[in-house]
Amino acid sequence: MKPAPFTLHVPTTLDEALDALADTGQDAKVLAGGQSLIPLLNMRLASPRHLVDVNGVGGLGRIDAGPAGVRVGALARHADVEHHRGAAAVLPLLAQALRLVAHPVIRNRGTTVGSLAHADPSGEMTAVLSLLGGEMELARKGGARTVPAADFFRGPLESCIEPGELAVSAWFPALPAHTGTAFREVARRHGDYAMCGVAAAVTLDGDGRVARARTSYISMSATPLVLDLTDAVIGQLSDAADWDAAAQLSADGLDPEPDIHATAEYRRHLGIVLTRQALGEAALAAASAGRSVPSLEPTP
Amino acid sequence: MSQPEQTFDITLNVNGVSRAVTVPSRLLLSDALRHELGLTGTHVGCEHGVCGACTVLVDGKPMRSCLMLAVSAQRHEITTVEGLADEDGRLGAVQQGFRECHGLQCGFCTPGFLTTVSAFLKENPHPTREEAVEAVTGNLCRCTGYHNIVESVLRAAEITEERAATAGTTQTKDTSR
Ligand SMILES: Cc1cc2nc3c(=O)[nH]c(=O)nc-3n(C[C@H](O)[C@H](O)[C@H](O)COP(=O)(O)OP(=O)(O)OC[C@H]3O[C@@H](n4cnc5c(N)ncnc54)[C@H](O)[C@@H]3O)c2cc1C
Ligand code: FES
Ligand code: FES
Repeated sequence: MKPAPFTLHVPTTLDEALDALADTGQDAKVLAGGQSLIPLLNMRLASPRHLVDVNGVGGLGRIDAGPAGVRVGALARHADVEHHRGAAAVLPLLAQALRLVAHPVIRNRGTTVGSLAHADPSGEMTAVLSLLGGEMELARKGGARTVPAADFFRGPLESCIEPGELAVSAWFPALPAHTGTAFREVARRHGDYAMCGVAAAVTLDGDGRVARARTSYISMSATPLVLDLTDAVIGQLSDAADWDAAAQLSADGLDPEPDIHATAEYRRHLGIVLTRQALGEAALAAASAGRSVPSLEPTP
Repeated sequence: MSQPEQTFDITLNVNGVSRAVTVPSRLLLSDALRHELGLTGTHVGCEHGVCGACTVLVDGKPMRSCLMLAVSAQRHEITTVEGLADEDGRLGAVQQGFRECHGLQCGFCTPGFLTTVSAFLKENPHPTREEAVEAVTGNLCRCTGYHNIVESVLRAAEITEERAATAGTTQTKDTSR
């Protein structure tokens, strides 16, 4: 099928984009990479009267990586973030998650900020932003605000972005030293949305004992779920920690819905198994990160 | 609609040729290529990004032409399957690989594979079998069962190298004259 007719706006500056969004309000959608929006238009599941294509707006494609974290501009494509060496040095979790987002061809066009704005409960980057406690920077004509991840996601495919607002960047804060991360998921087909996915971060103390263990989940709840599983493993040596116990603790927090792809019970089972795997992998990464702290590459 | 539909006068640069066209804002790049420019090599399967048949190169990077508006393709270099042949008109290395290894049956999916694989081999000229499999996971083929497609990718890498070597010798001969 083809999209229903709409009026297209092609701003070339941020001000023009915010003007167009202010003028069209409720009736408009931002067009970023189009990898979620254009399928919806083609299937006529959405038929906005105005589209504001921000692809021509200068300065929105920046990726800035520093010791404090990584800021990703609205037009940075998934592939740009995935292959950014500075970002990988500060937050390996970004690339760990991004290589699970769709296929490389989709990642060439889709944007990371767009996937957060889309707020799909199966979108890998929603779990990453939530686990890290990141923020979204939103702008509107004559104003701007910063929204923490915990308040940004409102429900399935629903963020707190108001009509007239544009998400200009996402901020992914760095993790403490001696922290390792991992992203594990199970999907029906390679490159598809996962039935369950888990992001994990494990922080060790100076003696190689677990100081903190946290996870976040996709496809398990309407908005990204973050669990603190530290209690199950605190003080244990990272290579002998009881990740099974941590996974069992996560079970209390997992209450997924069934759908055509998986029953609730199966999804919960995946959650527990993937929690154990992701924590184990993150702990290994934390242990090796402790031995050689990655040096910060200058950002290209 | 009471109002006439919004159109844009745009220039599309496809396979090295610039063409001025007037298109409705909602026209997809896939449809602009096929219906406005007559380049029907780009195939349309699902129109939601899943099958890969419509994949074209945008500034050398593979993208879904069914998930891009024609208007958004302005100021970019588009390469379709029609642009993959060598300058002298013989089949490009990837096309030749698919031909030699029987990498297609009905051919519906083939343009998307050829564009995707062309870009992939530029980035990774000597892929392992595993990497070759990974490179085509975003493209669906309902005929071949993929085995010959993977063979084709590996063969295309060889052909690219063979041709580069021959071009090298010819060039040396030419300059020595
Ligand atoms: C075949 C296929 C498989 C996929 N698989 C996955 C997957 O496994 N995991 C995954 O996470 N994603 C997947 N995706 C989606 C992909 O990641 C998209 O790129 C992403 O969800 C949306 O980003 P976009 O830039 O393409 O946004 P668009 O499609 O342009 O926009 C999506 C929505 O967000 C809004 N929006 C976008 N940018 C902004 C902004 N800056 N400010 C305000 N609103 C904005 C739009 O108005 C729209 O409502 C898949 C897509 C396809 C086609
Ligand atoms: S037609 Fe574009 S991906 Fe199927
Ligand atoms: S050759 Fe028929 S779909 Fe691939």
